[in-house]
Amino acid sequence: MGGFTTQFVVALIVTISLALVSGCLGTAFGLFLAISKGTAQPRLNSVVTAYTTVVRGVPELLIILLIYFGGTTLASKIAGRYVEVNAFTAGVIALSVVFSGYATEVFRGAIAAVPAGQTEAAKSLGLNAWQRWMFVIGPQMLRLALPAYGNLWISLFKDTALVSIVGLTDIMRVAYVGAGSLRAPLTFYLAASALYLSLTTVTLLSIRLAERRYPALGR
Amino acid sequence: MNLGLMLDALVVLPSGVGLTLTLTVLSLTAGFLVSVPLAFMRAFGRPGLSLAVLSYTYVIRGTPMLVQLFLLYYGLSQIAAVRASIFWVILRDPFWCALLTFSLNSAAHTTEILCRGLQSVPKGVTEAATSLGLKRFQIARLVTFPIAFRISLPAYGNEVVGMIKGSSLASTVTLLEITGMARQMVSTTFAPYEIFIVAGAIYLSLTSIAVKATQLLERWLSTDGNRVHRRKARLRPALPDPEITTPLP
Repeated sequence: MGGFTTQFVVALIVTISLALVSGCLGTAFGLFLAISKGTAQPRLNSVVTAYTTVVRGVPELLIILLIYFGGTTLASKIAGRYVEVNAFTAGVIALSVVFSGYATEVFRGAIAAVPAGQTEAAKSLGLNAWQRWMFVIGPQMLRLALPAYGNLWISLFKDTALVSIVGLTDIMRVAYVGAGSLRAPLTFYLAASALYLSLTTVTLLSIRLAERRYPALGR
Repeated sequence: MNLGLMLDALVVLPSGVGLTLTLTVLSLTAGFLVSVPLAFMRAFGRPGLSLAVLSYTYVIRGTPMLVQLFLLYYGLSQIAAVRASIFWVILRDPFWCALLTFSLNSAAHTTEILCRGLQSVPKGVTEAATSLGLKRFQIARLVTFPIAFRISLPAYGNEVVGMIKGSSLASTVTLLEITGMARQMVSTTFAPYEIFIVAGAIYLSLTSIAVKATQLLERWLSTDGNRVHRRKARLRPALPDPEITTPLP
């Protein structure tokens, strides 16, 4: 493995930051879409449904390829000269889009699972819409969404490997380069698997901890 | 947007649908066949056996499918024994490598899905079957599995969709399925937008059909349906009270 250890460490940081940035962006966007889907008019509702259907029905790899190569073409057209979209940026955008598509459905399901009586009770107490979300529906909804939401994070960590195909030097890419240059594919891919497995294990454990700390109310 | 190019893509890309569907259907079938005994072991086996199955599903589900694919496609050639064995004829072919990876993946996912279904079959049903004098294998075949399958069907639908989407990874080992064809077209025409959007639309229609098909199967298998079903209900075990068997969220 030789000098590849430091490269793997850097790649691990790249993978983790890619996942964290796109996961947080995806969560924010998904939460926004889920809330607007629940409250707004039917037209916006169907737009959100179309978005989640398309995102969840198209391979992640294709979305990454579309945003990386398509984004480069678009940026070049706008700038009037050749501009290459950074693989990290393209990866963040693509993975946020994917994450938000799934997160919207998870949050929407969780919002629907909060009993209607809770909203009615909050209204009768005189809370306004913002207070209702912050203090009544939000906390209950997040607890209900936690298990499914955790699974999304695990898939996200696995999906980051796909961004290596457009040239991001993440764990997968370092393994690919190392396997080629030292002619030891088995060693390098096993090392990459071990790294990914430890990432997903850490994610799984932290979700379990969060689930224990914040169990769904009334169950 | 160049509409002519999109039309070109619409003509060329469907020739990759065959390979995508072949990979998906074969790996789902292989995965399902492997996963049924594994799910029973995982749900009802001795602790050691259950743990062994869990470690398989855990490792497969915890690592990206891309890594597994490259591990099989590039990694196995490093072992001289594999290259010398008769399996090398199969393992050096990207198609079989992809199929093997997808099947192993599908088996792991389906095992966990079915296991959850098996565990949520109410105990009273199996106890009733035992008291009727059915043997253990008969109970599994006639009572536990049909009920568990119905409970797992929505989750299994997601697995089918996931496999259709996952088969796009085969393009990374030179296979020309829909994504592979699209990437090849993009490299000659330099028009990523048009072609990838068409490819996405094709995938979307495939996954929509899969979703509809599972919904139809769910309705067809549900025992509280119309008269046709009620007439046949005698032949298959009825689902117990839905109150008890709602799948886990």
